[in-house]
Amino acid sequence: MAARDSVMTPIATRDAGTGHAHFGRLLLAEWTKIRSVRSTYWSLIALIIAFLFFSWLFPYLTVVNWKQASPEQQANLYLDPIGSITGSGLFIGQLAVAVLGVMVTASEYSTGMIRSTLLASPHRVRMLAAKSIVFTLLILVIGEVIAFLGFFIGRQTFKSLVSVDLNSGNVREVFGVGLYLAMLGLFALVVGALLRHVAGAITGIVALLLVISNLIQLIPGRIGKYLYTYEPTNAGFVITAKRLPDNFLISSWQGYGVFALWTAVLWALAAYLLVRRDA
Amino acid sequence: MIEVRDLVKRYGDTTAVDHLSFAVEPGRITGFLGPNGAGKSTTMRLILGLDRPSSGSALIDGLPYRDLRDPLRYVGALLEARAVHGGRSAFNHLLYLAQTQGVPKRRVSEVLELVGLSGVAKKRTKGFSLGMGQRLGIAAALLGDPKILILDEPVNGLDPEGVLWVRQLLKALAGEGRTIFVSSHLMNEMAVTADHLIVIGRGKLQADMPVGQFIAQFSDTAVLVRTPEAEALRAAAGERGWTVADTDLDGALIVTGSTAPEIGELAAARGLVLHELTPQRASLEEAYMELTRETGEFAHRPAPAWGGADGRA
Amino acid sequence: MIQATELTKRYGTRLAVDHADFTVAPGKVTGFLGPNGAGKSTTMRMILGLDRPTSGSVTINGVPYHRLAAPLREVGALLDAKAVHGGRSAYNHLLVLAKANGLPRSRVDAVIDLVGLHSVAGKRSGGFSLGMGQRLGIAAALLGDPGIVMFDEPVNGLDPEGILWIRNLMKALAAEGRTVFVSSHLMSEMALTADHLVVIGLGRILADEPMAEFIAKNSVSYVRVRSPQPAELAPKLALRGWRVERQPDESLHVYDTQPAQIGDVAGAEGLWLHELTLVQSSLEEAFMRLTAGSVEYHAGQSDDQGSPDGPAVAGWGTPLESQAPQAPQVEERIQ
Repeated sequence: MAARDSVMTPIATRDAGTGHAHFGRLLLAEWTKIRSVRSTYWSLIALIIAFLFFSWLFPYLTVVNWKQASPEQQANLYLDPIGSITGSGLFIGQLAVAVLGVMVTASEYSTGMIRSTLLASPHRVRMLAAKSIVFTLLILVIGEVIAFLGFFIGRQTFKSLVSVDLNSGNVREVFGVGLYLAMLGLFALVVGALLRHVAGAITGIVALLLVISNLIQLIPGRIGKYLYTYEPTNAGFVITAKRLPDNFLISSWQGYGVFALWTAVLWALAAYLLVRRDA
Repeated sequence: MIEVRDLVKRYGDTTAVDHLSFAVEPGRITGFLGPNGAGKSTTMRLILGLDRPSSGSALIDGLPYRDLRDPLRYVGALLEARAVHGGRSAFNHLLYLAQTQGVPKRRVSEVLELVGLSGVAKKRTKGFSLGMGQRLGIAAALLGDPKILILDEPVNGLDPEGVLWVRQLLKALAGEGRTIFVSSHLMNEMAVTADHLIVIGRGKLQADMPVGQFIAQFSDTAVLVRTPEAEALRAAAGERGWTVADTDLDGALIVTGSTAPEIGELAAARGLVLHELTPQRASLEEAYMELTRETGEFAHRPAPAWGGADGRA
Repeated sequence: MIQATELTKRYGTRLAVDHADFTVAPGKVTGFLGPNGAGKSTTMRMILGLDRPTSGSVTINGVPYHRLAAPLREVGALLDAKAVHGGRSAYNHLLVLAKANGLPRSRVDAVIDLVGLHSVAGKRSGGFSLGMGQRLGIAAALLGDPGIVMFDEPVNGLDPEGILWIRNLMKALAAEGRTVFVSSHLMSEMALTADHLVVIGLGRILADEPMAEFIAKNSVSYVRVRSPQPAELAPKLALRGWRVERQPDESLHVYDTQPAQIGDVAGAEGLWLHELTLVQSSLEEAFMRLTAGSVEYHAGQSDDQGSPDGPAVAGWGTPLESQAPQAPQVEERIQ
């Protein structure tokens, strides 16, 4: 059409060389999105401060109250010092990660942003992949940094009672903190993408983390053990633990694999629905 | 060029878009009209790949939107609903959009300047007024320098200068050969903006024609005449079978069934002096109301039928 | 009747409204025009007693708003369509307002019928579209059967039938002898609705006069003449000292005169006329002419933008800036 040919737009001239950088651009754009809202900073600051503070507080209280502690508690510390350092921080910090993960996807719907996003990247699965990669890597890096920082803070605090050294046998427990948080973040992101509702998704994840994962234990018999073991957050959490819970059926890495599998299945479902559903 | 072919969209039992076919050609401004719930927004969402058609297709230069590579460089869209995160600055909102398309950062500043938001580029959009949000939406639409623009109610919330600016902008862009598809409820604004009209009602096509033809087809033509010899003119017009009516304007007559040149020539032949001879163009609004009355599809509801597909929150 | 006397509002060092004097009389629709940031909203808020004037006064039938015994019966206002609790039904929202002002339940039914929200009166207003919210706001404004109604951008979100409906509603309210004060950014809409205009720019009243007078004063008018004999007619008109411009389509634009005088000349010379029309500026053009000097920000000179940028990105030209007009800059002020 003559009218169209006469328009000299940059489109024609730049189209040729754009092929492969596409996914890289989406990663960059998703990174821009994540770093340009305050809720990211607040959630991450909450995670970092809570984790580091509890990595100091719990060992500190243990040292101060050592005399009053029961032999059982004292034994516990010698058996699982790393768990004593990271456990309580992780318990609080995981909530910040879950909330942020949900926000990354669900807030696109609550704000209407999703329309802009999908107009720019109508290849929806690629967009979800880019978002997942950027967010998971972000949490993984921050998670590992605070895991080791927290570990060293706790070790210093514990020094008078017990010396904790990293070795090939226990380094997984520290690394596991970052691994668990990263997978949990991705899991929350996927739940946000499935439910498309911030409050609903946060409620669901927090209920899963704090209530359901524990209530399942009360189910008697083998079914209870299965449910407890294969509940995604329980399965994933053991990557940070020295000893497996009594009713746990599989190993730490197997548990983490179960969590990853859950996440992968839900991710695939989210991707399928994202393509099928009207935005 | 946008082509809609036999497009259908159902939400449960309601058919929001009902076997709709039309084409939006480049080089002119095509207005998209229809009452609330007629399916305008749904049609735009289908064209933009946000919703999936139940059947039929909507193509951009022959491709579905979802198959466009770097779509923002082909199509710029402004949707009626808000599409920004209030916690993000205007600059960052445009920046990530630009990054998805490989558009340079410099272009973000350019479009912000173009729409007049440079001064508030770093502010979070939460505090933006309706008009500022609208300018940001227009900036996003222009970001990729697209050759097709799809705009839903673009002047919503703009002040008079903004309204005038948008009109001039659209005309300039159409003049460059771009395809401009713009929906609006403001008939009087459309009348001075659009070249071509597509009108839908209840999801069906009602009209697809140039604005002038639309007005001519759906209204009577009339001529306002002033003359010091009103009675002689009245008699002469009566002989020709034209209808002459008085108006509440002092002494002016409305002649229907004829054209201004015919009346002028009659007056000259009879030696009658004319003081005014003005063809009365019906307004687009009148023509539109006439169409909606004639088609009966969505005629004279006391109030629009709420809760149609367009009414989704 | 609304009367503003030396009305002034200062925010810090900024004068939002600057000694404004105007009167909004009953029996007609008065349009309130001005660019963004000109002080329209502030003025409306002061009329309704939401903001206090720094100095001067504004009265409603001679009394400041806060002294009115039954404000809803005197003034109905549509300011912000979304000032409704989303969880409450339209009916209950109106009922609460009615009870608070001692109005009977029958008024609620009456206004719901009037604005055409009958079928959704029981639904929560949270799910309302912009247009439905607007109708609910109008229903609330009319609840007390007030003698004065104020509408801020009433056609926002309405569809063409809704726009026609509210225009006719405003005219009908004025015809009943009520005072109708309406602000809008849509000049084409105002031109059809308002009888009288109050124009504000930079907080000062720039015009307070009938619509026709406003347009006549702020426009360039000419007479468009079509004739099958333009070559003979043009010199005859020019002889009278009128400026005649011949257009490419063979019509003539004649300045400094009226259609009747041209018709007399043509009649005397026995020349044929095919059209004889007085062409006036639109309200929009008149408004732009008047406010050109009073807008806080100015449309950027698009010529300034046209300079070809460096070769930073090959092919990333500047077709938009070079050919498209640029928007006026928004003030750096966010609510």
